[in-house]
Amino acid sequence: MYRYDPYDTAMVAARVAEFRDQTRRRLEGHLSEEQFRPLRLMNGLYLQLHAYMLRVAVPYGTLNSTQLRKLADIAERYDRGYGHFTTRQNIQYNWIRLEEAPDILAELASVEMHAIQTSGNCIRNISADQYAGAAGDELVDPRPYAELLRQWSSFHPEFTALPRKFKIAVIAAETDRAAMRLHDIGIRIVRNPAGELGCAVYVGGGMGRTPMIAPLIREFVPLDQIVTYCEACLRVYNRHGRRDNKFKARIKILVHELGAAEYTAQVEAEFAHLLTLGIEPPRAELERIKAHFPEPALDAGGEDGDPDRGDPDFALWLDTNTAPHKVKGHAIATISLKPVGGIPGDASAEQMRVIAELARRYSQDELRVTHAQNIVLPHVRKADLAAIWQALDAAGLGTANLDGIGDIIACPGLDYCSLANARSIPVAQRISEALSPRSAEIGELKLKISGCINACGHHHAGHIGILGVDRKGVENYQLLLGGSEGADCSLGQITGPGFDEDGIVAAVEKATALYLSRREAGERFLDTYRRIGMAPFKEALYG
Amino acid sequence: MVKILTGNDLRTGAVIWWTGRDWSLHVADAGDVGDHGDVIAATENAARRVVGAYVIDAVQDAEGLRPAHIKDRIRALGPTVRLDLSLKPADPAAGDWVI
Amino acid sequence: MAEVQLRLRDDEPVEDPAVTVDSFAAQTNANAVRIEPGDDARDLLPVLDRLKLVEVNFPAFTDGRGLSAARILREAGYAGELRAVGDVLVDQIAAMRRCGFDSFAPDVALDPEDARAALERWPQVYQAAADARAPIWKLRHG
Repeated sequence: MYRYDPYDTAMVAARVAEFRDQTRRRLEGHLSEEQFRPLRLMNGLYLQLHAYMLRVAVPYGTLNSTQLRKLADIAERYDRGYGHFTTRQNIQYNWIRLEEAPDILAELASVEMHAIQTSGNCIRNISADQYAGAAGDELVDPRPYAELLRQWSSFHPEFTALPRKFKIAVIAAETDRAAMRLHDIGIRIVRNPAGELGCAVYVGGGMGRTPMIAPLIREFVPLDQIVTYCEACLRVYNRHGRRDNKFKARIKILVHELGAAEYTAQVEAEFAHLLTLGIEPPRAELERIKAHFPEPALDAGGEDGDPDRGDPDFALWLDTNTAPHKVKGHAIATISLKPVGGIPGDASAEQMRVIAELARRYSQDELRVTHAQNIVLPHVRKADLAAIWQALDAAGLGTANLDGIGDIIACPGLDYCSLANARSIPVAQRISEALSPRSAEIGELKLKISGCINACGHHHAGHIGILGVDRKGVENYQLLLGGSEGADCSLGQITGPGFDEDGIVAAVEKATALYLSRREAGERFLDTYRRIGMAPFKEALYG
Repeated sequence: MVKILTGNDLRTGAVIWWTGRDWSLHVADAGDVGDHGDVIAATENAARRVVGAYVIDAVQDAEGLRPAHIKDRIRALGPTVRLDLSLKPADPAAGDWVI
Repeated sequence: MAEVQLRLRDDEPVEDPAVTVDSFAAQTNANAVRIEPGDDARDLLPVLDRLKLVEVNFPAFTDGRGLSAARILREAGYAGELRAVGDVLVDQIAAMRRCGFDSFAPDVALDPEDARAALERWPQVYQAAADARAPIWKLRHG
C-alpha cells in the first residue's frame, strides 16, 4: 500500500499545525463559529447531537494493521472505546472534544493518516473497489489512480469553496463494488481498442434528495491526462454549479440542468485549455505510486483445496463471507460488522485490535473498509480461513451474512446525527433480529436505511430501502423497492404511505414473504421485483 | 409549555442546558427563559461558553422537563442504542422516555 | 471601500476606480475592473492588455468562484495586480495566493501575524496552480 515520503509527511504535519492554530483561535475568540465551521469540517470535525464527531479518512478504504491499532487506541484514549465505519470507507468517532482534536490529528499523522477533506464543500476522500488488487475480474489495481487523485485534490487551492461536497470513486473491475455511478465523478479504468489503459468518466451521480445515476461523459481519457480532465470537470462545476440553493448545489443538478451533452462540451473546452498548461503529473509519478501497490506476495503453488467444512457455522461463513481471489489457493474474506441485532458498522477498540492482528498474521498486513460498512481481509490463504473464522467468532465478528438481509447499511440516524429526522439504527436492529433467522433462505438482499433525505445510508440504492422522515414530530419510515448500486445500477421506488417503527419492520417482513412466495429458481429479491413489478408488493403491503 | 435554552459546550461538545445562571448537563436543571432565550444565547455564544445555542419548547410534567421534539429528548438522554453511554446508564427503560 | 492590507508586488499601486466587467469594454480609458462572482472572467480576455488592476469580490467567504476567475486570468497571461476584496479570511489567503492573487483588501482587517503564518504554512504544494511553486510531483521527478 502507499507509504508517505518526506513530502507527504511534511504536508500532513503542516495541516495538523494549521488546525491546531485554527482551534486555538476559535477557543480564544478570534474566529466565530460561522468562520470556524468550514475550517473544522475540512478536517472532518462535525458538531453532532451529543458531542463533536471526527471523521478520519481511510483513502480508498485501505488500511494496515498499525493504522487500525492506532484507530483502536484513539477510540479508547479520546473517545468511548469504539468507532463507526461509514459508507464512504471512512471511520468516525462520536464523542470527541474540540480541544483534543488537534492531538488526535497528530496521532493519526504518526501512522500516515489524516482527516483532511472528509467533510466540507471540497473534494472528499476518494473511494475505490474494496477488492482492489485481489479480485480476479479487475483490469488493474485502481488504487494508484485513486492515490494520484488524492494528492491532486488535497489542499487544491481552486476547489476549497465549491458549491457543495464532491465525491470521487475509482474502479477497474467488471463488477462495480463501489457504487461508482452514484458519485459526483465515477471513474472506471478501461482498455481502449488499441490496448491502452485509460479512464471512462461518469459525472453527476449521487443520492441525497435528488438521486441520479451518473451519465458517461467521456469514454476514454488517456491515463496521463486524468488529473487534467478532473480539473476541467471541477472548474466547470466551481464556476457554474448552483449556489442559490443548497439542495440544488451538487454537480448532478448542474449536469441535469445543462444536459450531459452541454456539460461535456464545456468540460472538453476547459480540458483543451488546461492541457496547454502542463498541470498533469508525469507518467513517472504514476509509476512511483504504482510501485507501492505490488502484486501481493502470495504462494500460488499451494493446494487449492477448500477447508474442512465439518463445522456448519464455519461452512456457512465460508459460503457467505469469502470471495474468490485472483491467486490460486487464496480467498478474500469479509468480516461482517453486522452482528444480529447489532449496530451496523460499529467496532469496539478490542475488535479493531483482533482484526488488525488477523490482517498482520494472515492477510499481508492489509485491510479494506467497504462501503457496506464491513472490513475485508483481502489476501488470505484458504488454509488459514478456519483459524481466522475461529478468532473472529470469539470476538463477536463471525456473523455469516454478507449481502444478506442482516448485512444492513444504516447511517447513524437520529441517535447521533444533527441532520437526521428519524433513528436508523433501532430499525436496522429490529429487522436484523426478525429476519436473520431466515437469511440463508432469503439469499442476497441488500437493505439500506437512511435517517434523512441526505441518504448517507444509501436507501435509494437498496434492494429494499428505508427512509426515515419526521411526520409532525414523530418518526415515520418510507419504504423503497428495487434500488441497486452495482453494475445494474437503479434507483428504488417508494411503495406508498410511510409506516411507524413497528409498521416498517412488518412491511419488510411482508415484502420478503411475497418475494419468497413468488420467486423463480435462482432469483434474488431484486430479480423478482424487477420481473413482477411494484403492484404485487403494494397489494401485499397496503391491500 | 416552557421555553428552554440548549446548546453544546464549545470545548467538549457536551449537550448543555441553561439553568438560569449557568449551564448544566441535565435537562432537569433547565429553567424557563421566557422571551429572553435569544439574548442569553447571543451573550453565551459570544462568551464561548456554548456553541450553537437555540431555544426549544419543553413540557413540564410529573417527571420533570420534557423537550417537545424527539431530537432534543435524544440530546437530553444520549443515543438510545447505547444507553450504557447515556446519562442514565443504569436504567434499561430510559429509552422509553424519548419516544 | 476596504483598504489594501497586504500587497505582494513591488510596482506602483493603481488607484483608479474599478468598473464592472460589463462596462469595461466600452470604457476605453479604464484600466481597473471588478469581477463579481457571477461574472465570466473570460469576457476580459480580449481586453487584457489594457488591464492594470483586477479586483475579485468575495461577498461571502464560502463562494469560491473568484478562485477560478483568478486562475483563468493568470493562465491567460494577465500580469497586473489581482486583488481579493470582500469577505476574505486569513485561512483562505494561502489558497488565494496560489490562484494568482497578489493583494488583499479584506472587509475586516487580518491579524498581521496570522496572515504571515498562513502564507508561510505550506512547505510544498501537491498541484500546479497559478503561482510559481513547483508541485511535489515535479520535485520528486525533476
